[in-house]
Amino acid sequence: MSSLRSWLNSESPESRAQARAAAIYHGWLEFRTNRLALLGLWILVLLVLIAIFAPWLSPHDPFEQNLSNRLLPLGAEGHLLGTDSLGRDILSRLIYGSRITLYIVSLVALIAPVLGLFIGTVAGYIGGWTDTVLMRFTDIFLAFPRLVLALAFVAALGAGIENAVLAIALTAWPPYARIARAETLSIRRSDYISAVKLQGAGALRIITRHIWPLCIASLVVRITLDMAGIILAAAGLGFLGLGARPPSPEWGAMIAEGRRFILDYWWVATIPGIAIFIVSLAFNLLGDGLRDLLDPKSGGSS
Amino acid sequence: MRIQETCHDSFLLSGIGWTPYRNIYRVDGLHMTQGIVIEGLDVWFGEHAERVQAVKGVSLEVAAGASVGLVGESGSGKSTILRALTGLVSTWSGHLQVDGETLGKRRSRAFYDKVQMVFQDPYASLHPRHSVDQVLSETLALHKLGDVDRRIVGLLEDVGLGRQFRFRYPHQLSGGQRQRVAIARALAAEPSILLLDEPTSALDVSVQAEILNLLSDLREQRQLTYLMVSHNLAVVAHLCESIAVMQNGQLVETLSVQDLRAMQATEPYTRELLKSSMGYVRSTQRADDSQTSPAN
Repeated sequence: MSSLRSWLNSESPESRAQARAAAIYHGWLEFRTNRLALLGLWILVLLVLIAIFAPWLSPHDPFEQNLSNRLLPLGAEGHLLGTDSLGRDILSRLIYGSRITLYIVSLVALIAPVLGLFIGTVAGYIGGWTDTVLMRFTDIFLAFPRLVLALAFVAALGAGIENAVLAIALTAWPPYARIARAETLSIRRSDYISAVKLQGAGALRIITRHIWPLCIASLVVRITLDMAGIILAAAGLGFLGLGARPPSPEWGAMIAEGRRFILDYWWVATIPGIAIFIVSLAFNLLGDGLRDLLDPKSGGSS
Repeated sequence: MRIQETCHDSFLLSGIGWTPYRNIYRVDGLHMTQGIVIEGLDVWFGEHAERVQAVKGVSLEVAAGASVGLVGESGSGKSTILRALTGLVSTWSGHLQVDGETLGKRRSRAFYDKVQMVFQDPYASLHPRHSVDQVLSETLALHKLGDVDRRIVGLLEDVGLGRQFRFRYPHQLSGGQRQRVAIARALAAEPSILLLDEPTSALDVSVQAEILNLLSDLREQRQLTYLMVSHNLAVVAHLCESIAVMQNGQLVETLSVQDLRAMQATEPYTRELLKSSMGYVRSTQRADDSQTSPAN
């Protein structure tokens, strides 16, 4: 263990792998000092574990209906978090719902920032007409409220979880493009970009190898901070009946179902609401911690 | 690939009074004007009403193997000449020629094999997230040079850094070490001409001397041609055989370092510059605070 630590702390690493491992290790040491960010990270790790082991963790089948047991209160025998209007176990539905939440979040996180990063860095690096056209296009997307635009997309594409993800991703990329462009403008004239130009590097290599690594830090921070909004947007679409279709245990759709009984059976809508709240909070805490860690201006590990 | 034969014939260069100690002939027997030729170079920034003329009609020749210093105060257009030569600034007109190749708006790959540049600020010229190894191996790959491991270790040893620096990131290096990495990067392509844009002005004085000695050793070993920009006459006198003085974008005078040492300048501006630099030396000695003057 101590030899591993000295290997990681070595001032003069002997291989690429060691240098990279040391950089990650030092980032982790710094991240660890931020208790709240660590809490956010643990909640998300827990969420991932729950999603993976859902069949073993859930006490009941999330789709099994039992009308004689409908709307049981919290702590009822066999149903820790009660049952919903069709007698389905809420805890089991929450556990299976975590899979849907993670699916939405990871798909949006794969599509939107990559699209934004590409458009933003190309616009910022090439400049001129390309910049004007791409940025006005971005402005058009920015001018619409996100949920309304997503609603329009879903209405056009048809309701369903994939279309909801696509709609959210297509409305989420413009801020990433903006950030990436701003970052690119600040570094495109720097000496290290000039230096690699003098080695004969082309625009594609400069953008992907030299500009992207510097934009990714601020994008990752922005993504984690946006995750809460994405979960809420997905829940909102689910709530409006345009996201996941019943009987899918999506958290937003669960709230929508519980809404009808909210005065007499408050927990049916509240429990999935709390789940959304905790996961959104975890992403926000993690995002804050990552911002402290990755922000190139703060010195940090860069 | 680049088989060259050196021949020690010296001839007097018109205009500038120094004798180059090296002239290069290609093995194919084709004789070309080697070194750098600049004729009637104009460089400007901005368009129309905002147009600023940074360099006005500068003509300068640097023979192969020679070492020329460009001096002048901040904003006199010294660095701009280097940037126009390397193609980093595209708004120029005039005639530029390097090793017999006339330069257009775009630089060929062969140009970058011949000409490399060392930047002023070592804190800004290395990518903050690339290790020394990444910087050098990418440079070697871009120049299509093989045998990467051996070359990287060789380059690091050439610039006075051991192999233990190979996998470090810029934030683990001091200013002088960073500048050595930047020099190694410039040398990786095995260029014959090195453009130096105030390579020592961002470093503190003791480190400045180390880098200057490194540069003069490298020049001797590799028979390099230097065109160095500096506002520090002492630095130029150490590394160059002749200097070109610039003022407001124009070339005022060229003179040899012997003349510089003897304070034999013909132009009033050059004399003023010499006097002020002497005064600067004296005043810094008095203040016992030997900081370099601000960056250009």
